[in-house]
Amino acid sequence: MKPARFDYIRAGDIAEAHAALADHGNDARIIAGGQTLMPMLSMRLVRPKIVVDIMHVAALHGIAASGADIRIGAGVRQAELLAWPGLAEHLPLLHAALPWVGHAQTRSRGTVCGSAAHADPSAEIPLCLLALDATLELSSRRGRRRVTAADFFTGMMTTARADNELIEAVRIPKKPAGAGYAFNEFGRRHGDFAIVACAAVASGDTTRLAVGGVADTPALHELGALGGKELDDALDAFAWALDARDDLHATARYRRELVRRMGRATIEEARACRD
Amino acid sequence: MPRLSAAERHTVRFTLNGRAVEAQAEPRMLLTDFLRHELGATGTHVGCEHGVCGACTVEIDGVPARSCLTLAVQADGATIRTVEGLAPEPGRLSVLQEAFRRHHALQCGFCTAGILMSLDSYLRSQPDPSEQDLREFLGGHICRCTGYVPIMAAAMDAAKRLRESPSDV
Repeated sequence: MKPARFDYIRAGDIAEAHAALADHGNDARIIAGGQTLMPMLSMRLVRPKIVVDIMHVAALHGIAASGADIRIGAGVRQAELLAWPGLAEHLPLLHAALPWVGHAQTRSRGTVCGSAAHADPSAEIPLCLLALDATLELSSRRGRRRVTAADFFTGMMTTARADNELIEAVRIPKKPAGAGYAFNEFGRRHGDFAIVACAAVASGDTTRLAVGGVADTPALHELGALGGKELDDALDAFAWALDARDDLHATARYRRELVRRMGRATIEEARACRD
Repeated sequence: MPRLSAAERHTVRFTLNGRAVEAQAEPRMLLTDFLRHELGATGTHVGCEHGVCGACTVEIDGVPARSCLTLAVQADGATIRTVEGLAPEPGRLSVLQEAFRRHHALQCGFCTAGILMSLDSYLRSQPDPSEQDLREFLGGHICRCTGYVPIMAAAMDAAKRLRESPSDV
């Protein structure tokens, strides 16, 4: 359980990180907090030739309001976001979900963007980014582009990021007036990866439910103002459409049942806290 | 832009328990192995080596973190505390360590160093935690022989004693 050999580059600015990615492509891996890359390195699930540390790049740090969005830089650790004074007001879903991300002892180092880059199907942060219609800011030597969370998560631990691209930041829309949010998760222990996690956003007559842990990527479903049996039926159809997987933690059937029940509870919770 | 080549060993310097230290590490060396094998600080234990068990928890720049999920070269310039830094003076245990002894909160001791580092840090930021908060925080550690009941009792007792006489460590 020791990583294979790699060169280590400590990038001093974004241009240096771009240069390393341009020169080495898929042989290079970005390390920020390291809480997902380090286990992958130690288990030799990835064997990059170069590891590029971006935590010394000042421009990647900071949480800032930017128009209707909150922009979270690639260097922002999960604990830093959790302690950010504006979190409950502007990003109530993340305020509810972040305590479920790993443990305090890993949130202290792990970054928000790092979790998005890793794209574990059970992870809470990708799920919230999808539910909130967040946008990833990607950049390379060749230019910049923005990708919505819905387009970014393309498969299990697979994203739309090209080999030469750096995630510079994620932009998350601020809570609009009147919206309600809720997050729930079921796992064997608090801090473990979710067997199923649900995030709901309710605003006026719209309700969206995002579900993680069930399929290869988090999935989003619009449920409008449905209630009663109609809502149950819609959730049942959603659960069946998810292509749930069996693994040693739970069967596909069990996951579908969690989508039906926890999904409904999460939606009701989000609707009840609309202000 | 410093580039440290894979096959060579590079000087890593940081502050360990208040003392400046330095030694050599390949880029791939984990902070756990650097502490134990290069610096001889064997109080930090190595369990799962992928961030799950918590045995290797140390304090990096004031917050508890997994030393197995950190490269030694990433720790260059950092301030690190390990279990060796808890006792206020030779021959005297910290309030938290003493509470562990009093409550029999360790049996084999393998997970203890990591738990002590987590709790030491936590009790400084949260001097009056609820039992539920502490349980959740302890969820970042796995103990396979003592059981969590005496660990919880020791942590609650230490928190109480530290509140009553905050000048103690």
